[in-house]
Amino acid sequence: MWDAFGFEFVNFYFIPGLVLGCIYALGAIGITLTFGILRFANFAHGEIMMSGAYLTWTVMAIAGAAGLTLHPLVAMVPAAALVIILFLGTDRFFYKPFRKADTIKVVMASFGMMLIIRSAVQAIWGPNQITFVPGIARPNATLQSITGDMGMMILMPNKHIWIFAGTLVLVVALGYLLGRTRIGKAMRAVSDSPDLAHVTGINVDMVIRATWIVGGICATAAGVFLVMDTQMLETTMGFRMLLPMFAAAILGGIGKPYGAVFGGLVIGLAEELSAYPWIGDAPLLSPGYKTGVAFAIMVIMLIVRPQGLFKGRSF
Amino acid sequence: MTTPVLALKNLKAGYGQTEILHDLSLHVMPNEIVAIIGPNGAGKSTAMKSVLGLLNIREGAVELNGEAITDTPAQKVIERGISYVPQTNNVFVNLSVQENLEMGAWTRPKGVEQRLDEMFDLFPDLSEKRAQAAGALSGGQRQMVAMAKALMVDAKILLLDEPTAGLSPKYRSEIFSTIQKIKNTGVPILIVEQNAKQALGVSDRGYVLVDGANRHEGTGAGLAADPEIARMFLGGGH
Amino acid sequence: MEAYLGYFLYLLSLLTVGGIYAIFALGLNVQWGFAGLFNAGIVGFAAVGAYAYALLTTAESPFHIGGFGLPLPIGMAVAMALSALIAGVIGLICIRLRSDYLAIATIGIGEIIKLILKNETDITNGPRGINKIPRAWEHFSEERFYSSAPMSWIATPEQWGAFFDSLPNWYWQPLFAGTILLTVYILYRMLERARLSPWGRMMTAIRENESAARAAGKDVTRRRIEAFVIGAAIMGLGGALFAQHLRLIEPTNTFDPSKVTFLVWVMLIAGGSGNNRGAILGGFLIWTIWSASELFISGGIALISSTFETLDPSILATRAGFLRMMLIGILMQVILQRYPGGILPEVRPASPKAVKTTAGPTGDDT
Repeated sequence: MWDAFGFEFVNFYFIPGLVLGCIYALGAIGITLTFGILRFANFAHGEIMMSGAYLTWTVMAIAGAAGLTLHPLVAMVPAAALVIILFLGTDRFFYKPFRKADTIKVVMASFGMMLIIRSAVQAIWGPNQITFVPGIARPNATLQSITGDMGMMILMPNKHIWIFAGTLVLVVALGYLLGRTRIGKAMRAVSDSPDLAHVTGINVDMVIRATWIVGGICATAAGVFLVMDTQMLETTMGFRMLLPMFAAAILGGIGKPYGAVFGGLVIGLAEELSAYPWIGDAPLLSPGYKTGVAFAIMVIMLIVRPQGLFKGRSF
Repeated sequence: MTTPVLALKNLKAGYGQTEILHDLSLHVMPNEIVAIIGPNGAGKSTAMKSVLGLLNIREGAVELNGEAITDTPAQKVIERGISYVPQTNNVFVNLSVQENLEMGAWTRPKGVEQRLDEMFDLFPDLSEKRAQAAGALSGGQRQMVAMAKALMVDAKILLLDEPTAGLSPKYRSEIFSTIQKIKNTGVPILIVEQNAKQALGVSDRGYVLVDGANRHEGTGAGLAADPEIARMFLGGGH
Repeated sequence: MEAYLGYFLYLLSLLTVGGIYAIFALGLNVQWGFAGLFNAGIVGFAAVGAYAYALLTTAESPFHIGGFGLPLPIGMAVAMALSALIAGVIGLICIRLRSDYLAIATIGIGEIIKLILKNETDITNGPRGINKIPRAWEHFSEERFYSSAPMSWIATPEQWGAFFDSLPNWYWQPLFAGTILLTVYILYRMLERARLSPWGRMMTAIRENESAARAAGKDVTRRRIEAFVIGAAIMGLGGALFAQHLRLIEPTNTFDPSKVTFLVWVMLIAGGSGNNRGAILGGFLIWTIWSASELFISGGIALISSTFETLDPSILATRAGFLRMMLIGILMQVILQRYPGGILPEVRPASPKAVKTTAGPTGDDT
């Protein structure tokens, strides 16, 4: 079955779809946790992701000026710390004042933050595209020759292997956090019922901080993985990611991190596979409409099953 | 005279502009079960929420072991040893039974493992279901989880808001006998109930609340035998 | 004299664009101020209105479908209808859900509309956009209008040509600005009427206490969809006027969400959501600030670049533009936190329900 069809399908549609899916999944984790625990749709999440990527690039550039070549995954660590500070600061000054008000006020505040953060990034780094990593990414030779010997050649550049590995590590770590640690269980408890958590004596403020930290790490990773993949930095990337990430969170069920991961993979695959020539020779859907796929899936979910596939919260 | 564990003194309280409690005084002594009964809308649940600092107290005081805790935020109240079981929505449905209990122990500094074992001894039914999601349990079992969760800390007093509401008679009796068992471990209990007869049956003392103020008080048996109260609440529709 | 004319025309352009933004803000006020519906995709409704108007009223062109050369009012009516239709579909899907979902869905529809405008090049000319959109009053001086009915009944094309040549080239500007101000006024009167009508009072009641309104047998979802659709129609009209003002529209820069959606939100919040006068005031005020700050910035940059010759003024200009956007964003946050009512806070229509009576202890045992 590994004919030209399989080769083309797997290497040019399926793997890129999975890569995109991993990026959406990591972004959607933060969105779904915020939605579940703080009860609002954080519109600034995409911009936070984007600023994480810019900060990573800056760390790499500074290290580069000092004669040090850092791998993005290393430079990501200090960047993630800054993103967490950005998240916590945003929460403290712009979201917390509305904690007891109507949730839509916080949504509005996050909508404002979306613009403030993007404008700040544009003012600091300029609106033009920046090359993240120059050059053409070659497929990993070892993987190519091993799979080639087995008769199903897989062309996967190192950057994709890093993205898969990074996503896997983060998702496993998240699973450990939520299932095994005290703070993680408390996060699930607050997501389940904030009122009950409150009268149980759980330190909700601490849980909220933990949520921003987890969301910040995942968002930075998502941003960095995205620019590793496209090799380009630009200030609108966060906004472009926002809709697919919301779609992934809704698909998986609000407040369900694994649902968000699953949703992200589905949306990523759906976007890439929609351009596959399923019927005839032309792409099924013009590549220009890729972003529309996420929206379509989201709208269908809202009509058919607003609580998502994994029975998340529906408001 | 010994200090009451919990005392509400001439409390006026309500939500926002609406005042619900007009003049409420009650107390719970060590090793006592005290029941608050009364018609719908009398302010029974509000009385309990005022202890937890969940609403505005205009006048009066709440005291725990003689120390004022009026208007203390819920989390601090709980840290000081008041455990509360809300009437509905009182377990984390997506968490397992054991995780629910662990969350109950949030303010407990140490000895969680040991306390878990004690709770599973006190509620043997829960022991075998400890890995199940609390949302998958029956109403009566959920109530057990909620009580066990509240007892995970070294509670100075346990507040139960209508623990038998909506339960079958079989579970109702089971809950009341559990309440007795909890009392025997040395935890005083304040209980709000619609099932006045059964509640007074297990209680040492009781208060009858009408229109946000206490109208009658007496021993559990005494109130249950009072013909006026019997006419008001015990025989009627409530 | 020349200088005064310049100021006069600048004032007219402030009134024109401020008025168009006031129309958007009025539309948003129906959705948010009246009904509490969060629309994060104003730009989409504006774009639908603008493109519908542009395609229907432009002269036939090889670059896009049509244009159909229809009369201007028809173009504007269709712009409103199409925008309302899209809002109706979105409303049917999302309004029964929690407000966040509507926000997500509207931001999505805004992007999808732009995606369609960008990709359907046969219809919309894609990223290159639509040119030569007729602007009210100015369009009379175009040959295709004065050489056809009804203008051709009055005079010959030659006479019309000579007439328009005799007018100053800005003759249409006061007329266009006046038309927009009149539109704002008419919309204001209509919306005030709606606000004080039983319909408007019901909207207030729903916003204040949804469950009580539901319990009283009100069809809450339906009322909300109505408000959403009406607001979108107004935004469609705003879009059509926006297209007239610009005369050239394209999907990306013309309909930049931060300059349309976001600015309109700032206007409504600053002016006072729930208050139609507030919406209008916010529209003019924020637009004036926005527009004047551009002058200040360019003046400042000229000064800086003449002092520090190493700095490239064009880079400074773009950066300063973003800084301005950021400051507007912070302004919104400050208003939201410190002055949630805006400059002109909402005035509730007098109704028996507005007098709150607290009749004894009720409903604590929930």
